[in-house]
Amino acid sequence: MKRVYLDHSATTPVRPEVVEEMMKYLTDNWGNPSSVYSRGREARKGIDEAREKIAHLLGANPQEIIFTSGGTEADNYAVMGAAFANQKKGKHIITTSIEHHAVLDTCKFLERQGFEVTFLPVTPEGIVRVEDFERALRQDTILVSVMHVNNEVGTIQPVEEIGRVCREKGIIFHVDAVQSFGKIPVNVDELNADLLSISAHKIYGPKGVGCLYIRKGTKVQKLFYGGAQERRRRPGTENVAGIVGFGKAAELAIKEMGEETEKLTKLRDKLIAGLQEKISDIKLNGDPVQRICNNVNVSFKYVEGESLLLSLDMKGIEASSGSACTSGSLDPSHVLTAMGVPFEFIHGSVRMTLGRDNTEEDIDYVLEVFPEIVDRLREMSPLYNK
Amino acid sequence: MYSEVVMDHFTNPRNVGEMEDADAVADVGNLSCGDTTRIYIKVKDDVIEDIKFKTFGCGAAIASSSIATEMVKGKTLDEALKITTEEIVDALGGLPPAKVHCSVMAADAIKKAIENYREKNKED
Ligand SMILES: Cc1ncc(COP(=O)(O)O)c(C=O)c1O
Ligand SMILES: [Zn+2]
Repeated sequence: MKRVYLDHSATTPVRPEVVEEMMKYLTDNWGNPSSVYSRGREARKGIDEAREKIAHLLGANPQEIIFTSGGTEADNYAVMGAAFANQKKGKHIITTSIEHHAVLDTCKFLERQGFEVTFLPVTPEGIVRVEDFERALRQDTILVSVMHVNNEVGTIQPVEEIGRVCREKGIIFHVDAVQSFGKIPVNVDELNADLLSISAHKIYGPKGVGCLYIRKGTKVQKLFYGGAQERRRRPGTENVAGIVGFGKAAELAIKEMGEETEKLTKLRDKLIAGLQEKISDIKLNGDPVQRICNNVNVSFKYVEGESLLLSLDMKGIEASSGSACTSGSLDPSHVLTAMGVPFEFIHGSVRMTLGRDNTEEDIDYVLEVFPEIVDRLREMSPLYNK
Repeated sequence: MYSEVVMDHFTNPRNVGEMEDADAVADVGNLSCGDTTRIYIKVKDDVIEDIKFKTFGCGAAIASSSIATEMVKGKTLDEALKITTEEIVDALGGLPPAKVHCSVMAADAIKKAIENYREKNKED
Protein backbone atom coordinates (compact mmCIF):
# COMPACT_ATOMS: atom_id res chain seq x y z
CA MET A 1 0.00 0.00 0.00
CA LYS A 2 1.12 3.53 -0.73
CA ARG A 3 2.11 5.45 2.37
CA VAL A 4 1.97 9.21 2.60
CA TYR A 5 3.27 10.86 5.73
CA LEU A 6 1.52 14.19 6.24
CA ASP A 7 2.35 14.98 9.84
CA HIS A 8 5.67 16.80 9.59
CA SER A 9 4.63 19.35 12.22
CA ALA A 10 4.38 16.48 14.71
CA THR A 11 7.80 15.13 13.84
CA THR A 12 10.06 14.39 10.89
CA PRO A 13 12.28 11.45 9.96
CA VAL A 14 15.98 11.90 10.68
CA ARG A 15 17.88 12.65 7.48
CA PRO A 16 20.57 10.13 6.46
CA GLU A 17 23.24 12.87 6.49
CA VAL A 18 22.25 13.63 10.08
CA VAL A 19 22.32 9.95 11.08
CA GLU A 20 25.78 9.68 9.61
CA GLU A 21 27.07 12.61 11.66
CA MET A 22 25.42 11.25 14.79
CA MET A 23 26.85 7.77 14.34
CA LYS A 24 30.39 9.06 14.80
CA TYR A 25 29.40 10.30 18.23
CA LEU A 26 27.61 7.10 19.19
CA THR A 27 30.52 4.87 18.17
CA ASP A 28 33.98 6.48 18.05
CA ASN A 29 33.54 9.75 19.93
CA TRP A 30 31.48 8.46 22.79
CA GLY A 31 33.47 10.18 25.52
CA ASN A 32 32.12 12.50 28.17
CA PRO A 33 32.58 16.03 26.85
CA SER A 34 33.67 17.19 30.31
CA SER A 35 36.65 14.79 30.38
CA VAL A 36 40.09 16.23 29.72
CA TYR A 37 41.55 13.37 27.65
CA SER A 38 41.25 13.31 23.87
CA ARG A 39 38.14 11.11 23.74
CA GLY A 40 36.34 13.70 25.84
CA ARG A 41 37.76 16.58 23.84
CA GLU A 42 36.46 14.99 20.61
CA ALA A 43 32.97 14.95 22.02
CA ARG A 44 33.34 18.52 23.27
CA LYS A 45 34.41 19.59 19.81
CA GLY A 46 31.23 18.09 18.32
CA ILE A 47 29.08 20.11 20.71
CA ASP A 48 31.02 23.30 20.16
CA GLU A 49 30.76 23.01 16.41
CA ALA A 50 27.03 22.40 16.57
CA ARG A 51 26.64 25.39 18.86
CA GLU A 52 28.56 27.61 16.47
CA LYS A 53 26.50 26.46 13.50
CA ILE A 54 23.18 27.07 15.21
CA ALA A 55 24.29 30.40 16.65
CA HIS A 56 25.41 31.53 13.21
CA LEU A 57 22.12 30.48 11.61
CA LEU A 58 20.14 32.45 14.21
CA GLY A 59 22.40 35.51 14.07
CA ALA A 60 23.49 34.88 17.66
CA ASN A 61 26.73 34.29 19.55
CA PRO A 62 27.62 30.71 20.50
CA GLN A 63 27.58 31.63 24.22
CA GLU A 64 23.91 32.55 23.83
CA ILE A 65 22.84 29.02 22.83
CA ILE A 66 21.87 26.58 25.59
CA PHE A 67 21.10 23.04 24.49
CA THR A 68 18.01 21.45 26.03
CA SER A 69 16.02 18.24 25.74
CA GLY A 70 13.80 19.83 23.11
CA GLY A 71 11.27 22.54 22.44
CA THR A 72 9.22 21.84 25.55
CA GLU A 73 12.17 22.30 27.89
CA ALA A 74 13.33 25.41 26.01
CA ASP A 75 9.84 26.92 26.37
CA ASN A 76 9.61 26.03 30.06
CA TYR A 77 13.07 27.39 30.70
CA ALA A 78 12.35 30.64 28.86
CA VAL A 79 8.96 31.40 30.37
CA MET A 80 9.47 30.11 33.89
CA GLY A 81 13.09 31.25 34.00
CA ALA A 82 12.39 34.81 32.87
CA ALA A 83 9.33 35.11 35.12
CA PHE A 84 11.08 33.95 38.28
CA ALA A 85 14.29 35.90 37.60
CA ASN A 86 12.46 39.19 37.01
CA GLN A 87 9.53 39.01 39.41
CA LYS A 88 10.85 41.88 41.51
CA LYS A 89 10.16 44.18 38.54
CA GLY A 90 6.60 42.96 38.09
CA LYS A 91 4.43 39.91 37.82
CA HIS A 92 2.56 40.42 34.57
CA ILE A 93 3.12 38.21 31.53
CA ILE A 94 1.58 38.48 28.08
CA THR A 95 1.20 35.47 25.80
CA THR A 96 -1.39 34.29 23.28
CA SER A 97 -4.30 31.89 23.48
CA ILE A 98 -2.87 29.78 20.64
CA GLU A 99 0.58 28.92 22.04
CA HIS A 100 1.81 25.36 22.23
CA HIS A 101 0.99 23.72 25.58
CA ALA A 102 4.68 23.98 26.50
CA VAL A 103 4.16 27.75 26.85
CA LEU A 104 0.45 27.80 27.67
CA ASP A 105 0.60 25.35 30.55
CA THR A 106 3.79 26.92 31.92
CA CYS A 107 1.92 30.25 32.02
CA LYS A 108 -1.00 28.59 33.78
CA PHE A 109 1.45 27.19 36.32
CA LEU A 110 2.86 30.69 36.82
CA GLU A 111 -0.67 32.02 37.43
CA ARG A 112 -0.91 29.61 40.32
CA GLN A 113 2.41 30.98 41.58
CA GLY A 114 0.99 34.50 41.80
CA PHE A 115 1.79 35.85 38.34
CA GLU A 116 -0.87 37.49 36.21
CA VAL A 117 -1.07 36.33 32.62
CA THR A 118 -2.88 37.93 29.69
CA PHE A 119 -3.74 35.40 26.99
CA LEU A 120 -4.20 37.46 23.84
CA PRO A 121 -7.11 36.57 21.55
CA VAL A 122 -6.60 35.97 17.83
CA THR A 123 -8.48 36.88 14.66
CA PRO A 124 -10.78 34.27 13.10
CA GLU A 125 -7.81 33.62 10.79
CA GLY A 126 -5.62 32.70 13.75
CA ILE A 127 -3.37 35.77 13.98
CA VAL A 128 -2.63 37.93 17.01
CA ARG A 129 -3.45 41.63 16.61
CA VAL A 130 -0.60 43.97 17.51
CA GLU A 131 -3.20 46.48 18.86
CA ASP A 132 -4.49 43.89 21.32
CA PHE A 133 -0.94 43.27 22.44
CA GLU A 134 -0.24 47.00 22.90
CA ARG A 135 -3.44 47.42 24.86
CA ALA A 136 -2.47 44.55 27.17
CA LEU A 137 0.89 46.10 28.10
CA ARG A 138 1.22 47.28 31.69
CA GLN A 139 3.81 48.97 33.88
CA ASP A 140 4.50 45.63 35.53
CA THR A 141 4.73 43.52 32.34
CA ILE A 142 8.01 41.62 32.54
CA LEU A 143 7.70 39.02 29.80
CA VAL A 144 6.00 38.59 26.44
CA SER A 145 5.92 35.16 24.79
CA VAL A 146 4.55 34.78 21.25
CA MET A 147 5.07 31.88 18.89
CA HIS A 148 6.48 32.62 15.45
CA VAL A 149 4.35 30.04 13.61
CA ASN A 150 1.40 28.22 15.06
CA ASN A 151 1.76 24.45 15.01
CA GLU A 152 -1.90 23.66 14.28
CA VAL A 153 -2.98 26.15 11.64
CA GLY A 154 0.43 27.33 10.44
CA THR A 155 -0.28 31.03 10.82
CA ILE A 156 2.72 33.38 10.93
CA GLN A 157 2.46 35.79 13.86
CA PRO A 158 3.55 39.46 13.79
CA VAL A 159 6.55 38.81 16.03
CA GLU A 160 8.75 41.54 14.46
CA GLU A 161 6.29 44.28 15.45
CA ILE A 162 5.70 42.82 18.88
CA GLY A 163 9.46 42.44 19.40
CA ARG A 164 10.05 46.05 18.44
CA VAL A 165 7.61 47.28 21.08
CA CYS A 166 9.12 44.98 23.72
CA ARG A 167 12.60 46.29 22.91
CA GLU A 168 11.44 49.92 23.24
CA LYS A 169 9.88 49.20 26.59
CA GLY A 170 12.65 46.96 27.88
CA ILE A 171 10.39 43.94 28.25
CA ILE A 172 11.82 40.45 27.74
CA PHE A 173 10.52 38.87 24.54
CA HIS A 174 10.39 35.10 24.03
CA VAL A 175 9.65 33.56 20.64
CA ASP A 176 8.74 29.90 20.22
CA ALA A 177 10.29 29.31 16.80
CA VAL A 178 9.88 25.53 16.84
CA GLN A 179 7.61 25.56 13.77
CA SER A 180 9.28 28.39 11.88
CA PHE A 181 12.99 27.62 12.08
CA GLY A 182 14.12 26.03 8.84
CA LYS A 183 11.01 27.15 6.95
CA ILE A 184 11.19 30.95 7.12
CA PRO A 185 14.05 33.23 8.18
CA VAL A 186 14.61 33.34 11.93
CA ASN A 187 17.08 35.95 13.10
CA VAL A 188 17.14 36.92 16.75
CA ASP A 189 17.98 40.56 16.02
CA GLU A 190 15.37 41.02 13.33
CA LEU A 191 12.77 39.54 15.66
CA ASN A 192 14.11 41.49 18.64
CA ALA A 193 13.96 38.22 20.54
CA ASP A 194 15.68 37.92 23.92
CA LEU A 195 14.75 34.26 24.18
CA LEU A 196 13.99 31.86 21.35
CA SER A 197 13.18 28.14 21.34
CA ILE A 198 13.91 25.61 18.61
CA SER A 199 13.64 21.83 18.40
CA ALA A 200 15.65 19.38 16.29
CA HIS A 201 13.00 16.78 15.49
CA LYS A 202 10.89 19.22 13.48
CA ILE A 203 13.77 19.83 11.06
CA TYR A 204 14.79 16.22 10.27
CA GLY A 205 17.01 16.00 13.33
CA PRO A 206 16.73 13.63 16.31
CA LYS A 207 14.03 13.77 18.98
CA GLY A 208 14.81 14.94 22.49
CA VAL A 209 17.14 17.81 21.64
CA GLY A 210 16.63 21.50 21.06
CA CYS A 211 17.95 24.77 22.32
CA LEU A 212 17.08 28.04 23.94
CA TYR A 213 18.72 31.20 22.68
CA ILE A 214 19.32 33.57 25.61
CA ARG A 215 20.39 37.09 24.61
CA LYS A 216 23.44 38.22 26.55
CA GLY A 217 22.31 40.12 29.65
CA THR A 218 18.82 38.58 29.82
CA LYS A 219 18.11 37.40 33.34
CA VAL A 220 16.77 33.84 33.33
CA GLN A 221 16.57 31.50 36.28
CA LYS A 222 17.69 27.97 35.46
CA LEU A 223 15.47 24.93 35.85
CA PHE A 224 18.07 22.35 36.86
CA TYR A 225 20.91 22.19 39.36
CA GLY A 226 23.99 20.04 38.97
CA GLY A 227 27.25 20.13 37.06
CA ALA A 228 28.97 22.82 35.05
CA GLN A 229 27.63 21.88 31.63
CA GLU A 230 26.18 24.59 29.38
CA ARG A 231 27.93 27.20 31.51
CA ARG A 232 26.04 25.94 34.55
CA ARG A 233 22.73 27.00 33.05
CA ARG A 234 21.66 23.54 32.01
CA PRO A 235 23.60 20.93 33.94
CA GLY A 236 23.69 17.26 32.98
CA THR A 237 26.00 15.30 30.69
CA GLU A 238 25.22 16.47 27.19
CA ASN A 239 23.24 14.53 24.58
CA VAL A 240 26.32 14.66 22.35
CA ALA A 241 25.08 12.71 19.32
CA GLY A 242 21.73 14.49 19.53
CA ILE A 243 23.34 17.91 19.64
CA VAL A 244 25.64 17.08 16.74
CA GLY A 245 22.65 15.81 14.74
CA PHE A 246 20.73 18.97 15.61
CA GLY A 247 23.59 21.11 14.27
CA LYS A 248 23.75 19.16 11.03
CA ALA A 249 19.97 19.20 10.57
CA ALA A 250 19.83 22.96 11.17
CA GLU A 251 22.60 23.61 8.69
CA LEU A 252 20.90 21.54 5.97
CA ALA A 253 17.49 23.05 6.66
CA ILE A 254 18.72 26.59 6.21
CA LYS A 255 20.81 25.71 3.18
CA GLU A 256 17.80 24.19 1.41
CA MET A 257 15.16 26.55 2.78
CA GLY A 258 14.55 28.54 -0.39
CA GLU A 259 13.86 25.70 -2.79
CA GLU A 260 12.08 23.64 -0.14
CA THR A 261 9.68 26.49 0.65
CA GLU A 262 8.88 26.94 -2.99
CA LYS A 263 8.16 23.24 -3.49
CA LEU A 264 6.07 22.88 -0.34
CA THR A 265 4.03 26.01 -1.04
CA LYS A 266 3.06 24.56 -4.42
CA LEU A 267 2.08 21.20 -2.94
CA ARG A 268 0.19 22.90 -0.11
CA ASP A 269 -1.84 25.06 -2.46
CA LYS A 270 -2.56 22.14 -4.75
CA LEU A 271 -3.85 20.10 -1.82
CA ILE A 272 -6.03 22.92 -0.47
CA ALA A 273 -7.47 23.78 -3.89
CA GLY A 274 -8.08 20.12 -4.71
CA LEU A 275 -9.95 19.41 -1.49
CA GLN A 276 -12.05 22.56 -1.85
CA GLU A 277 -12.94 21.60 -5.38
CA LYS A 278 -13.85 17.99 -4.65
CA ILE A 279 -15.56 18.17 -1.27
CA SER A 280 -18.52 20.29 -0.12
CA ASP A 281 -18.96 21.89 3.32
CA ILE A 282 -15.24 22.29 3.81
CA LYS A 283 -13.47 25.14 5.57
CA LEU A 284 -9.80 26.12 5.51
CA ASN A 285 -8.65 26.92 9.04
CA GLY A 286 -6.07 29.66 9.41
CA ASP A 287 -5.06 32.55 7.21
CA PRO A 288 -4.59 31.49 3.58
CA VAL A 289 -1.66 33.88 3.02
CA GLN A 290 0.09 34.49 6.36
CA ARG A 291 0.71 30.78 6.49
CA ILE A 292 3.75 28.54 6.71
CA CYS A 293 4.58 26.69 3.49
CA ASN A 294 3.72 23.18 4.68
CA ASN A 295 0.46 23.53 6.62
CA VAL A 296 -2.99 22.44 5.49
CA ASN A 297 -5.70 22.52 8.14
CA VAL A 298 -9.22 21.90 6.92
CA SER A 299 -12.55 21.06 8.51
CA PHE A 300 -15.32 18.96 7.07
CA LYS A 301 -18.81 19.43 8.40
CA TYR A 302 -20.76 16.30 9.49
CA VAL A 303 -17.56 14.27 9.88
CA GLU A 304 -15.62 13.62 13.06
CA GLY A 305 -11.86 14.04 12.94
CA GLU A 306 -10.76 10.80 14.54
CA SER A 307 -12.83 8.65 12.23
CA LEU A 308 -11.34 10.61 9.34
CA LEU A 309 -7.84 9.89 10.63
CA LEU A 310 -8.59 6.19 11.03
CA SER A 311 -9.99 6.06 7.50
CA LEU A 312 -7.01 7.94 6.10
CA ASP A 313 -4.66 5.63 7.99
CA MET A 314 -6.31 2.63 6.35
CA LYS A 315 -5.32 4.21 3.04
CA GLY A 316 -1.77 4.77 4.27
CA ILE A 317 -2.17 8.50 4.90
CA GLU A 318 -0.87 9.78 8.22
CA ALA A 319 -2.33 13.06 9.52
CA SER A 320 -3.65 14.61 12.75
CA SER A 321 -6.82 16.29 14.02
CA GLY A 322 -8.03 18.88 16.51
CA SER A 323 -11.20 16.95 17.32
CA ALA A 324 -12.15 16.38 20.96
CA CYS A 325 -12.23 12.63 20.40
CA THR A 326 -8.59 12.61 19.23
CA SER A 327 -7.18 14.64 22.06
CA GLY A 328 -7.30 12.00 24.76
CA SER A 329 -8.48 14.68 27.15
CA LEU A 330 -11.77 15.40 25.33
CA ASP A 331 -10.73 19.00 24.88
CA PRO A 332 -11.16 20.17 21.34
CA SER A 333 -8.24 22.12 19.87
CA HIS A 334 -7.59 25.25 21.95
CA VAL A 335 -6.28 26.95 18.82
CA LEU A 336 -9.40 26.41 16.72
CA THR A 337 -11.51 27.30 19.77
CA ALA A 338 -9.61 30.59 20.22
CA MET A 339 -10.18 31.35 16.53
CA GLY A 340 -13.91 30.98 17.11
CA VAL A 341 -14.24 28.06 14.69
CA PRO A 342 -17.75 26.62 15.21
CA PHE A 343 -17.77 23.41 17.23
CA GLU A 344 -19.03 21.21 14.41
CA PHE A 345 -16.07 22.32 12.28
CA ILE A 346 -13.52 21.81 15.07
CA HIS A 347 -14.80 18.28 15.51
CA GLY A 348 -14.16 17.61 11.84
CA SER A 349 -10.73 19.21 11.54
CA VAL A 350 -7.72 17.56 9.94
CA ARG A 351 -4.17 18.86 9.83
CA MET A 352 -1.89 17.72 7.06
CA THR A 353 1.66 19.03 7.22
CA LEU A 354 3.94 18.45 4.26
CA GLY A 355 7.63 17.69 4.21
CA ARG A 356 10.64 17.20 2.00
CA ASP A 357 9.77 13.67 0.89
CA ASN A 358 6.27 14.53 -0.30
CA THR A 359 5.63 14.62 -4.05
CA GLU A 360 2.93 15.72 -6.51
CA GLU A 361 1.91 12.07 -6.77
CA ASP A 362 1.35 11.96 -3.01
CA ILE A 363 -1.02 14.89 -3.29
CA ASP A 364 -2.81 13.32 -6.26
CA TYR A 365 -3.25 10.14 -4.25
CA VAL A 366 -4.64 12.02 -1.24
CA LEU A 367 -7.05 13.93 -3.47
CA GLU A 368 -8.15 10.67 -5.04
CA VAL A 369 -9.04 8.85 -1.80
CA PHE A 370 -10.20 11.75 0.36
CA PRO A 371 -13.65 12.39 -1.19
CA GLU A 372 -14.75 8.73 -0.80
CA ILE A 373 -13.69 8.74 2.84
CA VAL A 374 -15.67 11.88 3.61
CA ASP A 375 -18.67 10.55 1.66
CA ARG A 376 -18.68 7.26 3.56
CA LEU A 377 -18.55 8.97 6.95
CA ARG A 378 -21.19 11.50 5.96
CA GLU A 379 -23.48 8.66 4.83
CA MET A 380 -23.21 7.35 8.38
CA SER A 381 -23.81 10.69 10.05
CA PRO A 382 -27.28 11.56 11.41
CA LEU A 383 -26.42 15.23 11.00
CA TYR A 384 -25.92 15.04 7.26
CA ASN A 385 -28.73 15.65 4.80
CA LYS A 386 -27.81 15.18 1.19
CA MET B 1 -4.78 1.78 19.89
CA TYR B 2 -8.07 0.08 18.91
CA SER B 3 -8.73 -3.67 18.98
CA GLU B 4 -9.30 -5.64 15.80
CA VAL B 5 -13.00 -5.94 16.65
CA VAL B 6 -13.31 -2.17 16.89
CA MET B 7 -11.54 -1.68 13.58
CA ASP B 8 -13.73 -4.34 11.97
CA HIS B 9 -16.91 -2.62 13.13
CA PHE B 10 -15.53 0.76 12.14
CA THR B 11 -14.63 -0.45 8.66
CA ASN B 12 -17.73 -2.60 8.09
CA PRO B 13 -20.41 -1.24 10.38
CA ARG B 14 -23.40 -3.55 10.85
CA ASN B 15 -26.95 -2.22 10.63
CA VAL B 16 -25.86 1.22 9.53
CA GLY B 17 -28.37 3.40 7.71
CA GLU B 18 -31.89 4.75 7.95
CA MET B 19 -35.26 3.07 8.36
CA GLU B 20 -38.28 4.59 6.65
CA ASP B 21 -40.94 2.61 8.52
CA ALA B 22 -39.33 2.65 11.96
CA ASP B 23 -41.61 2.16 14.96
CA ALA B 24 -39.40 4.45 17.04
CA VAL B 25 -36.39 6.70 16.64
CA ALA B 26 -34.08 8.23 19.23
CA ASP B 27 -31.22 10.70 19.08
CA VAL B 28 -28.59 10.86 21.78
CA GLY B 29 -25.77 13.36 21.86
CA ASN B 30 -22.60 13.23 23.86
CA LEU B 31 -22.27 16.65 25.43
CA SER B 32 -18.66 16.22 26.43
CA CYS B 33 -17.26 15.53 22.97
CA GLY B 34 -20.03 16.34 20.51
CA ASP B 35 -20.61 12.85 19.11
CA THR B 36 -24.21 11.98 18.15
CA THR B 37 -26.05 8.71 17.54
CA ARG B 38 -29.47 7.99 16.10
CA ILE B 39 -31.19 4.62 16.54
CA TYR B 40 -34.20 3.34 14.54
CA ILE B 41 -36.10 0.27 15.70
CA LYS B 42 -38.78 -1.93 14.22
CA VAL B 43 -40.68 -3.90 16.84
CA LYS B 44 -42.87 -6.95 16.43
CA ASP B 45 -44.44 -8.88 19.33
CA ASP B 46 -42.24 -7.00 21.78
CA VAL B 47 -39.11 -8.12 19.93
CA ILE B 48 -36.61 -5.86 18.11
CA GLU B 49 -37.14 -7.19 14.66
CA ASP B 50 -34.86 -4.71 12.95
CA ILE B 51 -32.53 -1.95 14.05
CA LYS B 52 -30.49 0.68 12.25
CA PHE B 53 -28.09 3.36 13.44
CA LYS B 54 -26.40 6.50 12.24
CA THR B 55 -23.47 7.95 14.13
CA PHE B 56 -21.46 11.12 13.89
CA GLY B 57 -18.38 10.43 15.92
CA CYS B 58 -15.05 8.80 16.38
CA GLY B 59 -14.02 5.19 15.80
CA ALA B 60 -15.17 4.15 19.28
CA ALA B 61 -18.56 5.80 18.79
CA ILE B 62 -19.18 4.16 15.41
CA ALA B 63 -17.94 0.71 16.45
CA SER B 64 -19.94 0.69 19.71
CA SER B 65 -23.14 1.67 17.88
CA SER B 66 -22.54 -1.05 15.33
CA ILE B 67 -21.88 -3.86 17.81
CA ALA B 68 -24.69 -2.74 20.13
CA THR B 69 -27.23 -3.00 17.33
CA GLU B 70 -26.03 -6.55 16.68
CA MET B 71 -26.31 -7.41 20.36
CA VAL B 72 -29.95 -6.33 20.72
CA LYS B 73 -31.33 -7.39 17.37
CA GLY B 74 -33.82 -10.24 17.92
CA LYS B 75 -34.01 -9.55 21.65
CA THR B 76 -37.19 -8.67 23.54
CA LEU B 77 -37.52 -5.07 24.60
CA ASP B 78 -36.97 -5.99 28.24
CA GLU B 79 -33.80 -7.87 27.38
CA ALA B 80 -32.55 -5.06 25.19
CA LEU B 81 -33.12 -2.53 27.94
CA LYS B 82 -30.61 -4.39 30.08
CA ILE B 83 -27.67 -3.83 27.72
CA THR B 84 -24.86 -1.92 29.40
CA THR B 85 -21.87 0.05 28.18
CA GLU B 86 -19.57 -2.44 29.95
CA GLU B 87 -21.04 -5.29 27.88
CA ILE B 88 -20.57 -3.27 24.71
CA VAL B 89 -16.97 -2.39 25.56
CA ASP B 90 -16.24 -6.01 26.44
CA ALA B 91 -17.73 -7.22 23.19
CA LEU B 92 -15.45 -4.78 21.37
CA GLY B 93 -12.44 -6.37 23.05
CA GLY B 94 -11.98 -3.31 25.24
CA LEU B 95 -11.44 0.37 24.50
CA PRO B 96 -8.68 2.76 25.54
CA PRO B 97 -9.82 4.33 28.85
CA ALA B 98 -10.12 7.80 27.31
CA LYS B 99 -12.50 6.46 24.68
CA VAL B 100 -14.99 4.66 26.91
CA HIS B 101 -17.12 7.77 27.24
CA CYS B 102 -17.54 7.76 23.44
CA SER B 103 -19.27 4.38 23.67
CA VAL B 104 -21.99 5.28 26.19
CA MET B 105 -24.23 6.75 23.52
CA ALA B 106 -25.02 3.35 22.02
CA ALA B 107 -26.76 1.86 25.07
CA ASP B 108 -28.41 5.19 25.86
CA ALA B 109 -29.80 5.56 22.36
CA ILE B 110 -31.19 2.01 22.33
CA LYS B 111 -32.89 2.59 25.68
CA LYS B 112 -34.29 5.89 24.56
CA ALA B 113 -35.66 4.33 21.36
CA ILE B 114 -37.40 1.61 23.38
CA GLU B 115 -38.84 4.20 25.77
CA ASN B 116 -40.08 6.24 22.83
CA TYR B 117 -41.66 3.13 21.39
CA ARG B 118 -43.42 2.29 24.64
CA GLU B 119 -44.56 5.86 25.11
CA LYS B 120 -46.05 5.91 21.63
CA ASN B 121 -47.83 2.61 22.08
CA LYS B 122 -49.16 3.24 25.58
CA GLU B 123 -52.56 4.53 24.45
CA ASP B 124 -53.46 1.62 22.23
C1 LIG C 1 5.21 25.38 18.54
C2 LIG C 1 5.80 24.27 19.32
N1 LIG C 1 6.44 24.52 20.48
C3 LIG C 1 6.99 23.54 21.21
C4 LIG C 1 6.94 22.22 20.82
C5 LIG C 1 7.56 21.16 21.68
O1 LIG C 1 8.75 20.69 21.13
P1 LIG C 1 9.36 19.28 21.58
O2 LIG C 1 8.51 18.24 20.93
O3 LIG C 1 10.75 19.30 21.04
O4 LIG C 1 9.34 19.22 23.06
C6 LIG C 1 6.28 21.91 19.62
C7 LIG C 1 6.18 20.50 19.18
O5 LIG C 1 5.11 19.93 19.04
C8 LIG C 1 5.70 22.95 18.85
O6 LIG C 1 5.06 22.69 17.72
ZN1 LIG D 1 -15.77 10.17 20.50
